[in-house]
Amino acid sequence: MLKQCEGSIAIAEAVALCRPEVICAYPITPQTHIVEGLGLLVKSGKLSNCEYINVESEFAAMSVAIGASACGARAYTATASQGILYMAEAVYNASGLGLPIVMTVGNRSIGAPINIWNDHTDSMALRDAGWIQLFAENNQEATDLHIQAFKLAEELSVPVMVCVDGFILTHAYERVDVPEQSKVDAFLPPYEPRQVVDPDEPVTIGAMVGPEAFMEVRYLAHHKQMQALERIPQLAEEFRRVFGRASGGLLHTYHTEDAETVIVALGSVNGTIKDVIDQMRAEGVKIGSVSLCSFRPFPTAALHAAIGHAKRVVTIEKSLSVGIGGNVSHNLRMALQGRDTKVSTVIAGLGGRAITQTSLRKVFTRAIQDTLEPLSFMDLNTAVINRQLERERVTRRTGPAAEAILRDIGTMAARVS
Amino acid sequence: MNKPFAITLDVGSSLANKTGSWRTERPVYVDRLPPCNHACPAGENIQQWLFHAEEGNYEAAWRQIMKDNPMPAVMGRVCYHTCEGACNRAKLDKPVGIHAIERFLGDLAIAEKWNVNVEAKASGKSVLVVGAGPSGLAAAYHLALLGHAVTIREAGPFAGGMMRFGIPKYRLPREVLDAEIQRIVDLGVKIELNTRVDDLDAVLATHRFDAVFLAVGAHLAKRAYIPAGDASKILDAVSLLRGMETGEQPLLGRRVLVYGGGNTAMDAARSAKRLGATETIVVYRRTREKMPAHDFEVQEAMEEGIMFKWLSTIKSESGGTFTVEKMKLDDKGKPQPTGEYEEMQADSLVLALGQDVDLSFLGKLKGLSINDGVVQVDSNMMTGCKGVFAGGDMVPAERTVTVAVGHGKKAARCIDAYLKNSVYAPPPKHELAVFDALNSWYYSDAPATVQPMLDLARRESTFEEVVGGLDQSNALFEARRCLSCGNCFECDNCFGVCPDNAVIKLGQGKRYAFNYDYCKGCSLCANECPCGAIKMVPETI
Amino acid sequence: MTGASRVKFYQTGTFTVGNRLLDVSVRSVQSDADRNNSLNSGHRACQGCGEALGARYALDAAMRAVNGRLVVANATGCLEVFSTPYPESSWRVAWLHSLFANAAAVGTGMAAAMKVKGRKDVRVIAQGGDGGTVDIGFACLSGMFERDDDVLYICYDNEAYMNTGIQRSSATPAAARTMTTPAAGQEPGNVFGQGKNVPLIAMAHGIPYVATASVADLRDLEYKVGRAMAIHGARYLHVHVPCPLGWGCDTGDTLKVARLAAESGLFPIFEAEAGEVTGRRTIRRRVPVEDYLKMQSRFAHLFSPKRDERRIAMIQAIADRNIRRFGLLDKSEQGAHP
Ligand SMILES: Cc1cc2nc3c(=O)[nH]c(=O)nc-3n(C[C@H](O)[C@H](O)[C@H](O)COP(=O)(O)OP(=O)(O)OC[C@H]3O[C@@H](n4cnc5c(N)ncnc54)[C@H](O)[C@@H]3O)c2cc1C
Ligand SMILES: Cc1ncc(C[n+]2csc(CCOP(=O)(O)OP(=O)(O)O)c2C)c(N)n1
Ligand code: SF4
Ligand SMILES: [Mg+2]
Repeated sequence: MLKQCEGSIAIAEAVALCRPEVICAYPITPQTHIVEGLGLLVKSGKLSNCEYINVESEFAAMSVAIGASACGARAYTATASQGILYMAEAVYNASGLGLPIVMTVGNRSIGAPINIWNDHTDSMALRDAGWIQLFAENNQEATDLHIQAFKLAEELSVPVMVCVDGFILTHAYERVDVPEQSKVDAFLPPYEPRQVVDPDEPVTIGAMVGPEAFMEVRYLAHHKQMQALERIPQLAEEFRRVFGRASGGLLHTYHTEDAETVIVALGSVNGTIKDVIDQMRAEGVKIGSVSLCSFRPFPTAALHAAIGHAKRVVTIEKSLSVGIGGNVSHNLRMALQGRDTKVSTVIAGLGGRAITQTSLRKVFTRAIQDTLEPLSFMDLNTAVINRQLERERVTRRTGPAAEAILRDIGTMAARVS
Repeated sequence: MNKPFAITLDVGSSLANKTGSWRTERPVYVDRLPPCNHACPAGENIQQWLFHAEEGNYEAAWRQIMKDNPMPAVMGRVCYHTCEGACNRAKLDKPVGIHAIERFLGDLAIAEKWNVNVEAKASGKSVLVVGAGPSGLAAAYHLALLGHAVTIREAGPFAGGMMRFGIPKYRLPREVLDAEIQRIVDLGVKIELNTRVDDLDAVLATHRFDAVFLAVGAHLAKRAYIPAGDASKILDAVSLLRGMETGEQPLLGRRVLVYGGGNTAMDAARSAKRLGATETIVVYRRTREKMPAHDFEVQEAMEEGIMFKWLSTIKSESGGTFTVEKMKLDDKGKPQPTGEYEEMQADSLVLALGQDVDLSFLGKLKGLSINDGVVQVDSNMMTGCKGVFAGGDMVPAERTVTVAVGHGKKAARCIDAYLKNSVYAPPPKHELAVFDALNSWYYSDAPATVQPMLDLARRESTFEEVVGGLDQSNALFEARRCLSCGNCFECDNCFGVCPDNAVIKLGQGKRYAFNYDYCKGCSLCANECPCGAIKMVPETI
Repeated sequence: MTGASRVKFYQTGTFTVGNRLLDVSVRSVQSDADRNNSLNSGHRACQGCGEALGARYALDAAMRAVNGRLVVANATGCLEVFSTPYPESSWRVAWLHSLFANAAAVGTGMAAAMKVKGRKDVRVIAQGGDGGTVDIGFACLSGMFERDDDVLYICYDNEAYMNTGIQRSSATPAAARTMTTPAAGQEPGNVFGQGKNVPLIAMAHGIPYVATASVADLRDLEYKVGRAMAIHGARYLHVHVPCPLGWGCDTGDTLKVARLAAESGLFPIFEAEAGEVTGRRTIRRRVPVEDYLKMQSRFAHLFSPKRDERRIAMIQAIADRNIRRFGLLDKSEQGAHP
């Protein structure tokens, strides 16, 4: 059913359509509206047979989900930013135990300095936690990915994170086709756990494993993700057949076939990138883009097929691997092994900084001119930085840099949450 | 379930890990010797029969006693219960009232007509027992059970020895004694009454006996030299007590003196009172503390109005006036004359100064050795004369019914071995279950049961039994006060407290076993065993 | 036997694990040859481990109470480590270990799953050591209490982080030596803080049932597990389980030392319903705290090289306060159970 609604509400409804049995809710911007939406659905009776639990922390949220999932219940939670770090230990644990929990991450930066706006630092912090990480490009995809996520998670017995850009998607009102229950039911069978804590067939789950088997356990987790590489496109195809639209998959290409320059990015920024590509294509530039939907598993082969021929690749990245640069580009180089493709990393949009078409176009142009540095920071106010560095050079006790810079540029955060 | 590798495991699979290899010490079950058993002159397995009694299984309890002692009802009344003096429970509150339970069981057996049967094949051997006192009766009982033919020759008109001619009725009702003697007779033991053996040599020459057990007791009253005007006023306790039994009731008068400080003196004094004396005074040369009579007997006598004159000796009598010299205890606690005299009026004087053994019937028995007026025996109760054994009051030992019964049992076993041309070897004794070996925490607090007493008026005028028995419920209560020292009573503590489930419960009556595959040797079981039936021993590698 | 049925005195009563004189129906779970042995042989707990014992006591009782319909969440700690090193598990119950701090929350999730699956008969226990309960797991515990989730949480209190090698937790008693409160300096051992009585804090949540118990009193422990399993909602059981290694006592003295903790008043044993104390285990043979302290090398510095009168008195004062506060000498109010 087509409706104009907030991204969070569409996601909440999609999750509800998947008939989750246990939902753990804990507030943090910008995911809050999702769990609020689910709360309303449960309380109003629209989503029945579901335990909606107001937990006392994200750590508890994931832990409750672990307990529920281990006992065979379909479990869901959502978080963002500080929250995902607060639950980090349990995030790893859920995947280690092979529990098919689905979690929405309303992507947001991580403090300090505290900042509520969008970037991908939070998901990136846990990219190696053994979860599948799917990034939604728009709210329709965000909606659809949740439905696919449950199926993927349960088939492989692995947890899935659906990453949705905070505010940009979670709080955006867009037209979304929220599927019908019957179709979702047809697509997503009831959860049949691979292992379950059950007095009828007692087992010990969560053993202590020493050096003699730990490597193998880890390898098997990796192997699961390799299986996911196969299943993700198949599921997208199955989804298309049932719901009549393409959503998900490992990646989406845009004019890559003949592109000499390919832009690679995660999530909603791909929309803006495509606009710029449209403009540049109109001008005859052989440029295209790849929107990575699956960051974990990383689709090396698919990416190779899509961009192997390009002369240069530019990643637009919403997270900074401090001290080296880009996370996406770092991973992407695996797909370009044996090629001398030039890869440039552009860190952009941190803490919600707008990524404008103008700025993107500038970067793309410089890339085509081969003047783009291997690592660059989009729209960085170098004057502010230089002044701060100068202050630090002069006096040791400069106080916190963030506050000093804010003072320098003469604005104060309007709202901090 | 298709279990994920390594993370998910089968339940209970740790059985593959044999933690027994950690052990440096291993627990083992032991049976230690309970102090009561150790102290019992009759060698009763008291702890064991209490164990049955605790469950209310009185017949099993009684049968356990009968393995060692054929007269529980008598014993429960007259035994001085050294067991109770040794009882570990005394260190918690009061000893277990073993005698009272034994009496209860004995009485119940009489009421229920429980019996024992001879199961052994007839051996074809015959044994002569001289004297039907407790020692002779006990020997006859055990010998009969072992399959031997037994003949008892008894000088007196009844069987029982001092149990009948000494111990008064009010302490041991005769129907109880009769019933328990009858049970022995029922085993086929022949008792020839009024048949004094005057010359053992002669008897043995005319009759063929394979062995002899002598148990003639000590019946000759010791006399003190007291110059007296009227010798008929002076008699001895043994004659007095015996007379009451044979119907030759002596005339004592209204005021009676009893001279002596032992149990016999108490019995004589208390009997005199019951025979109508208005005043009975025990004259004793030392103090109450030094008196050999048991405290409870002195106590009961005092309750009945018996008076005591301590530190006094009787010097002479003349016309109903007795001259008494005051005594003084010296540094060593010995009484010494003071030269101070006083006079006491009395109608009669009963001497209770002890008894000697009448050895005249032994004649010149070959090899016999007599010392201090008693017959010497070796560790197998045999006298110097081959095949002739002796026990009870006539051999050097404490003179009690219980010792006599114990001698009877032991002699029977030795005679049995002798008849089979071997030597009796007693089973080895277990280590003693001392209080420190117990974990007394586990025992419920429980005060001792008090036996009912006959009211005083009847105690002073009749020969009715003074001390009452226990009933079913207080006998059970009392039995359950037993700590079962040193012997597993299946409390499940070891089974429960083992953190490694390394104790196997074998089922009721079968106790437990250790599973050394898993026992880590922590010794919790040993420490928490209430009764000290587990011992840690070093592991040998 | 008429006598036998009337006499209510049973030699060892309910002090011992079993008692052949008691009616079968009132015998302890542990005395049953067919008990579940929820924690099986072959586990790697130290010799004489009180925690291993306590866990088997509690879970066997629970298994009997709920007819085997039980699932268990376990926090990280000795109990988890010694019971489940790959490839062997000692558990004979459906059991899940997730993390150190989250057993209570995992329990919540399990209970939610059972509820939503319509498996009303399956009950949930979450359990952990003192560290996993009163320190790092405290937030999850409190959350579970506050929501009144249908979970019995059992804390096995051995008074320190044992699995990591004996470090102080907030359940470590005053003056005790641990590796992070060494017996050195002016005030050797743990500080005299204000204490952190988690059972009382649990009561402050107003949850239906809170109790403390000790491995030294099996029947009381079993009774409390049974009582707890008869109630729905959040419940808390705090079990005192000596650790011979960490406390420095003989491996065979585990129960004795636990007993003295209770008999001295240092570990009060009581129960509470809906925030009100409803029962206490009274002291049977009171002992000075010294008797308890002296058995353990973690308190050795209180006695040598010089007696630390002041701090021994302070510990005695703690015991005295417990005795007053919980009425531990009040014989008139003994527990109703046999
Ligand atoms: C007054 C009194 C009270 C006592 N109270 C107690 C008490 O409460 N508890 C206790 O434990 N002990 C008590 N005793 C001691 C106890 O009675 C004796 O130690 C015990 O009876 C000794 O048993 P016995 O078999 O050796 O001898 P006895 O009991 O003396 O029996 C010997 C028997 O042999 C017979 N006899 C003797 N000579 C011959 C012979 N030549 N031929 C055939 N038969 C012969 C006698 O007639 C007698 O029946 C008491 C003793 C007395 C005197
Ligand atoms: C988050 C986290 N912090 C620390 C640890 C290390 N750790 C494992 S077990 C343990 C001690 C457990 O102590 P306690 O809960 O009291 O249980 P015990 O071992 O004493 O039974 C610690 C600190 C951990 N596993 N996880
Ligand atoms: S407690 Fe029982 S076994 Fe132990 S000494 Fe006393 S009566 Fe004998
Ligand atoms: Mg601990």
